[in-house]
Amino acid sequence: MAFLSPDFSPAYPEIFLLIMICIIMLVDLFLDNDQRYFTFILSLISLAGCAVITFVTLSSEVQYTFSGMFVDDLMSDSLKLMVYLTVALVLIYSRNYIRVRGMFKGEFFSLSLFATLGMMVMISASHFIVFYLGLELLSLSLYAMVALQRDSALATEAAMKFFVLGALASGFLLYGMSMIYGATGELHTSKIAEAIQTKTIDHQVLIIGLVFIVAGLAFKLSAAPFHMWAPDVYQGSPTAVTLFIGSAPKLAAFGFTIRLLVDGLGALAADWQGMLIILAVASMAIGNIVAIMQTNIKRMLAYSTISHMGFVLLGFIAVDHNGYSSAMFYVIAYVLMTVGAFGIIMILSREGFEAENLSDYKGLNQRNPWLALIMMFLMLSMAGIPPMIGFYAKLSVLQAIVNTGFIWLAITAVVLSLIGAFYYLRIIKLMYFEAPEHNAPVLPSFDAKILISINGLAVLITGIFPQALMGLSLQAIQTSM
Amino acid sequence: MNAQDTIFYFFSAVLILSALGVITFRNPVYAALLLVLAFFSAAGIWLLLEAEFLAIALVLVYVGAVMVLFLFVVMMLDINLEKLREGFWKWFPFGTLIAGVIAVEISLVMMGDQFKQMTSLEPKASDYSNTKELGRLIYTEYVYAFELAAVVLLVAMVAAIALTLRHRTDKKSPNPSNQVKVKRDDRIRMVNMAPETKE
Repeated sequence: MAFLSPDFSPAYPEIFLLIMICIIMLVDLFLDNDQRYFTFILSLISLAGCAVITFVTLSSEVQYTFSGMFVDDLMSDSLKLMVYLTVALVLIYSRNYIRVRGMFKGEFFSLSLFATLGMMVMISASHFIVFYLGLELLSLSLYAMVALQRDSALATEAAMKFFVLGALASGFLLYGMSMIYGATGELHTSKIAEAIQTKTIDHQVLIIGLVFIVAGLAFKLSAAPFHMWAPDVYQGSPTAVTLFIGSAPKLAAFGFTIRLLVDGLGALAADWQGMLIILAVASMAIGNIVAIMQTNIKRMLAYSTISHMGFVLLGFIAVDHNGYSSAMFYVIAYVLMTVGAFGIIMILSREGFEAENLSDYKGLNQRNPWLALIMMFLMLSMAGIPPMIGFYAKLSVLQAIVNTGFIWLAITAVVLSLIGAFYYLRIIKLMYFEAPEHNAPVLPSFDAKILISINGLAVLITGIFPQALMGLSLQAIQTSM
Repeated sequence: MNAQDTIFYFFSAVLILSALGVITFRNPVYAALLLVLAFFSAAGIWLLLEAEFLAIALVLVYVGAVMVLFLFVVMMLDINLEKLREGFWKWFPFGTLIAGVIAVEISLVMMGDQFKQMTSLEPKASDYSNTKELGRLIYTEYVYAFELAAVVLLVAMVAAIALTLRHRTDKKSPNPSNQVKVKRDDRIRMVNMAPETKE
């Protein structure tokens, strides 16, 4: 029987990254401990190379390859570009932090890049087996990264919780997928969509599969009531890893949700809409209300993530292109803000000191006015105050659901985010109106300082001119569906 | 009920009972051995489905390699069972309730029309090779998934080494390579001493 070699060209970024990871692991073997900067630079070069390849092959046409298991479209390309950017930012912000904590090792970089590869696979998957493998690639790398600081009891506990609950969620997802497979007899998302439309399939079987899939997805997005792991893992992990977990994987989870729920199970939209409403309202309520009580800023940001994910799910509830594109815009905005906020936590931390309590932010304005200003931008953006990007993200999601007729949902979301504004504004109050508890100098490294400034200003500028990003999201969704 | 059905129900019953035993037995060695039995029964069911390769792989890999290693670990580690079982009875009713509800719901769906309409597989000819078909699929249609699985294994290796390999500093052990390479000059220092003379 004839076998045609698959077209590799849509998957060039993945192939390039995998080759680079292998090279990095081999090169790292021959490096001394004080030469690890070479690994660091090489990792950044790999990400830049991937970005160049993705950018050069950017096109709005939808390409399938590897017997329809891999899909390359505008949405996957734009999400991947965001992933490279985020991971590069994470690595640069973490450099100093991990160096003083003895984590500046080849494994940190190779596992980060493996996780990146997993995200790329998830974003481009169109086959249930590939979804699962991409997810496991990402999750396994993350579990190991959380546990990398072996002598810290907190980090080990966080890794254990993350691993056990993550395995449970993967099990849920897999069980749901097997149910859908049992009902439709297909594994390709497009063929599943077709089978649901054309064949007579018992609705109950599809629903039970859908319930398990949604539960698994909600876990990966850390949406309530599947959010229990997030605060503990965020708090227990080294901040560099928290930053990693809290940022780029959410982009991948968004792509994953679009492909699974919309591409594959779009015909069941009426069913998952109801489930997502519960998840979204619960996430926004728990995220915003519980965050008020937190005194640890990493834990607080974990709850903030939960509430932001509630907003992202709101975009899905609209079940139209406007809703999906506003959800995509929201995820990108969220990642920009989160990377910046955790970046500041890491800049303020130093050897033997974690700037993780809210009281550590008292009087930041007197210690370093520029960093305080950037942090204020980020907090205002997270609270959704104009003219920051967070405001437009919330606005577009709310517009999409109001257009679909869910006015009560929009009102609930606004009220809950109003409650949430309290804890973001509290940080601004601490930074500007209270006296610092200690006066240790803040000495960010040069590159981190430049990037955090760009990061903070980007939150402001994309907030004033959101059209370009908004247009890109809309075009990506429209050409990919 | 024909012979095939009888065999299926026999294997299924053994599978379910041994799986129950895995989580209820107090002695971890029994639990591990019952897991072996569970894998074995699952392999039997796969054999009935004419998935010979998977059945054999399950026995060879899980029973032959994974579970034996697992047994070693269980026997060598001194696991404090009392501590592990703490809170078991406290949560038992709650857990049983939830598991029961899920089991009832799932079986209601499974008893529905969907799975009754399914026709059984047509038996393949005797020269049909399950292994060959599987190999053909893995290296052609599923090559992308296959490569990804390989990458997942690579991550597992990197993670396992990163998490467990540590160069201990609290232990004084000689380095064999240095011991072999040692030269006479490293051990003996020739000292030229002037002969002592009596005053």
